[in-house]
Amino acid sequence: MLELRGVHVGYGRTAVVHGVDVEVPDGAVVAVMGHNGAGKTTLLRAAVGLLPVRSGKVLLGGEDVTRWRPHQRVRAGLAYVPQGQQSFGQLTARENLQLVADVAGSAGARRLDEALDLFPALRELLGRRAGLLSGGQRQQLAIARALITGPRLIVLDEPTEGIQPSVVAEIEDAIVQLAGAGGLSVLLVEQHVGFALAASSRYYVLESGRVTADGVGGAEQEGDVRAAMAI
Amino acid sequence: MDALFSQLFAGLSLGSVLLLAALGLALTFGQMGVINMAHGEFIMAGAYTAFVLQAFIPDAGVSLLVALPVGFVVGGLLGLLLEVTLISRMYRRPLDTLLVTFGVALVLQQLARDVFGAPNVDVRAPAWLSGAVPFLGMNLPKTRLFILGLAIACVVVLSLVLKLTSLGRRIRATVQNRDLAETSGVSTRATDRLTFFVGSGIAGIAGVALTLLGSIGPTLGTNYIVDAFLVVVVGGIGQLKGAVIAAFSLGLLQATFEYSTTASLAKVLLFVVIVAFLQVRPQGLVSVRTRSLA
Repeated sequence: MLELRGVHVGYGRTAVVHGVDVEVPDGAVVAVMGHNGAGKTTLLRAAVGLLPVRSGKVLLGGEDVTRWRPHQRVRAGLAYVPQGQQSFGQLTARENLQLVADVAGSAGARRLDEALDLFPALRELLGRRAGLLSGGQRQQLAIARALITGPRLIVLDEPTEGIQPSVVAEIEDAIVQLAGAGGLSVLLVEQHVGFALAASSRYYVLESGRVTADGVGGAEQEGDVRAAMAI
Repeated sequence: MDALFSQLFAGLSLGSVLLLAALGLALTFGQMGVINMAHGEFIMAGAYTAFVLQAFIPDAGVSLLVALPVGFVVGGLLGLLLEVTLISRMYRRPLDTLLVTFGVALVLQQLARDVFGAPNVDVRAPAWLSGAVPFLGMNLPKTRLFILGLAIACVVVLSLVLKLTSLGRRIRATVQNRDLAETSGVSTRATDRLTFFVGSGIAGIAGVALTLLGSIGPTLGTNYIVDAFLVVVVGGIGQLKGAVIAAFSLGLLQATFEYSTTASLAKVLLFVVIVAFLQVRPQGLVSVRTRSLA
């Protein structure tokens, strides 16, 4: 589904990601783990097109999308939920979702309804400005927005970071449900190693912009991964 | 009492002219952050559009009504051309944008001089706009009332477009968080162009309206550009309603100062008030409050 091949990314003169290979097969959940500053978010931003790749390739469904702009990748089925529960703060929750539904065309309205079925709590909050929602509600809104684009692959950057525990469980359930429902691949960056491994079929550990360990996912790998991350 | 009402109307009328001149800028500068010094020349282009059209359409009323949408398109296309060729290469470089658009403004002024001549020209006002409407013992000029109505109509239509349409949602989303808009599937480049087209188009409409107030010339826009920027800054960046309140407040203040002093001194006093106001409230009249920064 998504392949990053020998990807180098950086900011200005600083190189952050050095020749990383990551593959997300169709329908798989792949976790990328690592300490703060390991280059996880930089890698994801390059995958979705927000940062230019200096060398290497990004392939989506076998097609080279390295030079595509982010909105073109979204329309090709690559959805992105960035770090930090980002939303359009001055737009209402409904407008946040409608914005994406507009772009999605005729399927938009149906997908909007499906996304609200996944996060029923949002239905009560549609008229409220997104900037006034709690962190957990904004994260649900962000995931709902990503789903309305009709993705084949969803890229999630620390979806449970800084969110109250009761909502974390809801978000984790939603991710498992989406991946299990068939077809949707997930590329997940997550600090919560236990959940990330339990949900994923493959994992990568990133350190100083390089893959230092990778393997098959599953909760039983937690010991190995923690050792690789030297937690 | 009569004098009070008469000053109130003068203020509202001045405010409506300021609002028309500043409304497009509230989009391109207020929403997109582009310092476009050529905005005044788009106003001038709108005014000359009305002048050219009256040569083809003998009826001044029909000519005016046709000039409004045509002026919008002419202003919009000029804006679009400027955005595509120059401004798009200078996002996040405000000083360069300022200098380049100032240069473009000079070029457009000279172009107008070459095409239409240096002296001012007149655009005939339609018969149904001549004269005045008696109201509470005052005579309100119909042209001023028309401009007031036009300004209000432009604000209402623009607000509805921003609030209710897909284009409006795209514009507001792109302004708030460009990266997030892109990764929500919105082409922010296309949105930038459309926003600039609409903002510059409104300047064209303002130009058509200004032909009702007097003769027009190549430097018509320069008379309004500073005031237009003041309205947007005082109103609060990124807020349409701020621009509306600011335009009418500044109009009323200027009319009041002009009544009690002279036109030049009124301008000085107005600047003093604005400088003092911005010291106390640098974010302008209306600011945005959210729980998160995003």
